[in-house]
Amino acid sequence: MHSPNCGALARFQDAFAQALRAPEARPAAEIAALAAQPAFAVYRNTVMKGCIDALQANYPAVARLVGAEWFRAAAAVYVHEALPAEPTLLRYGATFADFLERFEPAAELPYLPCIARLDRFWTEAHAATDHDALDPAAVAGLAPEALAATVLRPHPAARWAWFPDGPIYTIWSRNRIDEPFDADINWRPEGALLVRPRDAVEWIELDSAGCAFLDACAAGRTLGEAAQAALQAQGDADLVPLLATLLKAAALGKSEIQQQPSLTEQLI
Amino acid sequence: MTTVLTAGLGLKPQHYDAALACPAAGLWFEVHPENYMVAGGPRLAWLEAIRSIHAISLHGVGLSLAADAEPDPAHLARLAVLARRIEPVLVSEHLAWSAWRGAYHPDLLPFPRTSEALARIADNVSRTQDALQRRIAIENPSHYLRIDGHAWDEIDFLTELARRTGCGLLLDVNNIYVSARNLGYSADAYLDAFPGERVMEIHLAGHAPDSSLGDALLVDSHDAPVAAEVWILYERLIRRIGPRPTLIERDDNLPEFTTLLAERERADAVLRAPLAKAA
Repeated sequence: MHSPNCGALARFQDAFAQALRAPEARPAAEIAALAAQPAFAVYRNTVMKGCIDALQANYPAVARLVGAEWFRAAAAVYVHEALPAEPTLLRYGATFADFLERFEPAAELPYLPCIARLDRFWTEAHAATDHDALDPAAVAGLAPEALAATVLRPHPAARWAWFPDGPIYTIWSRNRIDEPFDADINWRPEGALLVRPRDAVEWIELDSAGCAFLDACAAGRTLGEAAQAALQAQGDADLVPLLATLLKAAALGKSEIQQQPSLTEQLI
Repeated sequence: MTTVLTAGLGLKPQHYDAALACPAAGLWFEVHPENYMVAGGPRLAWLEAIRSIHAISLHGVGLSLAADAEPDPAHLARLAVLARRIEPVLVSEHLAWSAWRGAYHPDLLPFPRTSEALARIADNVSRTQDALQRRIAIENPSHYLRIDGHAWDEIDFLTELARRTGCGLLLDVNNIYVSARNLGYSADAYLDAFPGERVMEIHLAGHAPDSSLGDALLVDSHDAPVAAEVWILYERLIRRIGPRPTLIERDDNLPEFTTLLAERERADAVLRAPLAKAA
């Protein structure tokens, strides 16, 4: 906040905020008579419920995996560490995945922080700037040399990650849309790509080559360099279907086609 | 104001489709702007679609006008951007604080009504009105605590705030009922003393007994129909001050859209009653 005073109102608000957060601590003199009233709990409960409800809404796949009771207990611990920084609660919980990584009771579910990262990706994709996807026709006519020298940017709603330790995409996507658990899970590394071509967030599985390719595009590299990165991540990567998949999924944003003339590497 | 507002409804995402399809004349919707402070995506698209059919009111919960600090400039700027985009018929906020020293508490928190607080809130309301280039309405809060440090009566405080800043007032009848019950004063006397000429909007909502203290403490829960006692207070108020845009507020335990429409029609009937004076 900006230029808070240090007068009586500011002292009241410091004391009140402290008493909301730490019920067990002795309240400051300014608000001791208020904190002693049973009704003070209404404020404490409303603040806590508002924060926990927001986290549960923002992390539905995590909540479904662990159950509402476990989730709300964990969320309460997180709220004590990090109150929202702003009133748009859709953005609350940016550090929730990091919290789960060091949250002792979550240790037996090592994939849980990754599930939280994909829930966060969904929120970011949902609220990202509206932008047209790149029309595949814009690159279809380019000669291989020209294509390799082209710079394409990921769509502003696109989010992707490679998870080397487990089938995070499968676990997340099943829990995000309330699918039954019964189908077997093949325990293998997986990547995920979330996009929002129009209104709705959509997702597909993406291999490590695809994730490395998009990382390179996001860093402003040419398609030639992105292809190199994809091949480094996965030696048997097939680049033509990979680019087709990314174009079809709306993972790349519409832009003026830029080419880096100095590079002559060929994509294909 | 170019639109004549009668009774409106708080709008939740579950009711977007029903709201879009609803032909009721004069119907308007109110939303919390904080839920639409995003760069893009379906939320803004939904709101704009509804805005193309019905008037929208922005009812903020995040400016923290009663904090001893200026409103967060980033938040105020986002509100201004949204208001330019949606062109709301009304913009309102609360006589309360929520954000303080970088932390947002999702509630409407109380404070002692001192002259120091009045000066700070008046400055914050003026900054908001300057940023939005329009008059806003400030809502009377629900009270749960007995605060010894009040130097101002609430109605005098709100009246002086309106005089200093030119702001209007949002009169929440349920908040008055809940506060009067909790703190032991007369809701009728409070309503009779409220400056009717400043009222730009009225809120009606449901309340509930506190989960542990029961009827000894009513909570402004917005999770139930408007109570019979609140309807009686509302009818009396409208007879005294004339019709005002009136909102049925429902945030939790959402019923079918048609159930909310029926409550809205009841408020509409009060506003159109022959006894109501012209505004």
